[in-house]
Amino acid sequence: MENSHWLYAGTTILVLVIIAALFAPVLAPHDPARQDLEQDLLTYSRSHPLGTDKLGRDILSRTIYGSRVSLSVGIATVTLSLAIGLAIGSLSGYAGGWVDQLLMRLVDVLLAFPGILLAIAFAAVLGPGLHHVVIALCLIGWTGYARLVRGEILALREREFVQAAQALGCKPHRVVARHLLPNLLPPLLIQATFGLAAAIIAEGSLSFLGLGVEPPTPSWGAMLNEGRQFLLVAPHLTAYPGLAIMITVLGLNLLGDALQDRLEPRRR
Amino acid sequence: MKRYLVQRLLLFVPTLLGALTLVFFFIHLIPGDPIEVMLGETASAADKEDLRHALALDEPIFVQYASFLGALARGDLGRSLYEQGAVTEIIRARLPATFELTLGAMVLAVLGSFPLAILAALNRRSWIDRVALLLSLLGLSMPNFWLGPLLMIIFSIHLGWLPVSGRGGFSHLLLPSLTLGLGMAAILTRILRASLLQVAGEDYVQTARAKGLGESWVWLKHTLRNALLPVITIVSLQLGGLLAGAIITETIFSWPGIGRLTVQAIQTRDYPLVQGCVLTLAVSYLVINFVTDICYRLADPRITYGK
Repeated sequence: MENSHWLYAGTTILVLVIIAALFAPVLAPHDPARQDLEQDLLTYSRSHPLGTDKLGRDILSRTIYGSRVSLSVGIATVTLSLAIGLAIGSLSGYAGGWVDQLLMRLVDVLLAFPGILLAIAFAAVLGPGLHHVVIALCLIGWTGYARLVRGEILALREREFVQAAQALGCKPHRVVARHLLPNLLPPLLIQATFGLAAAIIAEGSLSFLGLGVEPPTPSWGAMLNEGRQFLLVAPHLTAYPGLAIMITVLGLNLLGDALQDRLEPRRR
Repeated sequence: MKRYLVQRLLLFVPTLLGALTLVFFFIHLIPGDPIEVMLGETASAADKEDLRHALALDEPIFVQYASFLGALARGDLGRSLYEQGAVTEIIRARLPATFELTLGAMVLAVLGSFPLAILAALNRRSWIDRVALLLSLLGLSMPNFWLGPLLMIIFSIHLGWLPVSGRGGFSHLLLPSLTLGLGMAAILTRILRASLLQVAGEDYVQTARAKGLGESWVWLKHTLRNALLPVITIVSLQLGGLLAGAIITETIFSWPGIGRLTVQAIQTRDYPLVQGCVLTLAVSYLVINFVTDICYRLADPRITYGK
């Protein structure tokens, strides 16, 4: 019962954020980049329900458009990380031996850098920009998927249906594609859901540090960073974009938890 | 134990070397000429040559790599381009602040999560359990770059109870620790609750109960003690997360630690200092994980490596 509530709540939040991102031009009351210096730092007005920032730009419109950056960076990061992790993890788990050792040591080296430290360092080197953020986040992002895929393949490899396929003369790439990958879908789906949440927070962190997308593109993290200078006079500048990130991430975490309960109850 | 220690060391050394290599090549990955990136296009040719020579960037890459490792072995990370002094000295001066903040966050996380997880496990499927789970989910979903300013608005600006920023006594430490520790508290609550519920179903716990031991004694002596083992690993893994989280938290609260130093070094393109900071954080993380592995093994001799 509780699980279904969480599943519905998570899905609803995610769908709403996707709608906001897809239909931003229709939903946003103003152009998110339009400046009106006579209307700066408003807290509330009829035409600006969530107020305006220091350049008089509409916060509601910028928050709605901000979902585009968060979602696109998140989805691109997860897709790319998943593809790399799947390829390296399958190779590592299926080949075994020195290939496995080498690849897993590479994973160890990358995981020697705590959290998003390496992403921050690389984003600083690469400079701001949407593509650079995705590259910086994928740099470590793929390691989690590679480890998961390798572990699952090592376990699945010993199962009878895989051994039967091998005994029938199935080629390695066919064994991986037809027999191993379908069994990997549930844990990968769960990890990708949590990965999307983590990528959205990481993008926010990079933008907050001024290493994310370039202005004037509205991004929740960058809006928070701009609002920080006006905490005393206009706390709403930080409140709304932060709330948007939290609700989106909460939705993904609820969904991830519910999926884990349904698809992989053993891991709970 | 000796064999385990050797095996673990054999893994630790190449990982450390790999991390060092990655950090070294990181400065050489800068698109274009790093000297131009550091000094700007308007710098004179003589200045560029001076800096190139000072950073030994005019040497072949493998010679640079060898001298980087050699200098590192002597504890020399080069000199900062903007702050006067050696990188090691600047980092050493900032490290205590980061350790203080990380420790503060960890203490708050443990103090907050343990009672919540125990209450949730004792009252499984009740409203207390649901509230605890929802709170932990909220904690997980709240980015520290939002929580920090939010706490600042409430407790420093509106209520005026705590200082806005900087490092001082306990009052200065409270808000940054809370900002940094909330995520860890959320994870610990979930892990400890799950671990407690799993251990509570074990045969030896049922046996303890069947022997007629009091319920509180069963939970304290048999359940909690055994449920804590996985928590040790999570605490250590999270400690690394805290080091990375410190970068954001220290920036928000102007906390004079290595995290803020990293951001300042990035903003001023002080690459020797960026390299030093990244290296220090990575090595601290590796050492923490290494020590935890050893402690974990001491706590539970059944653990073997690689099995």
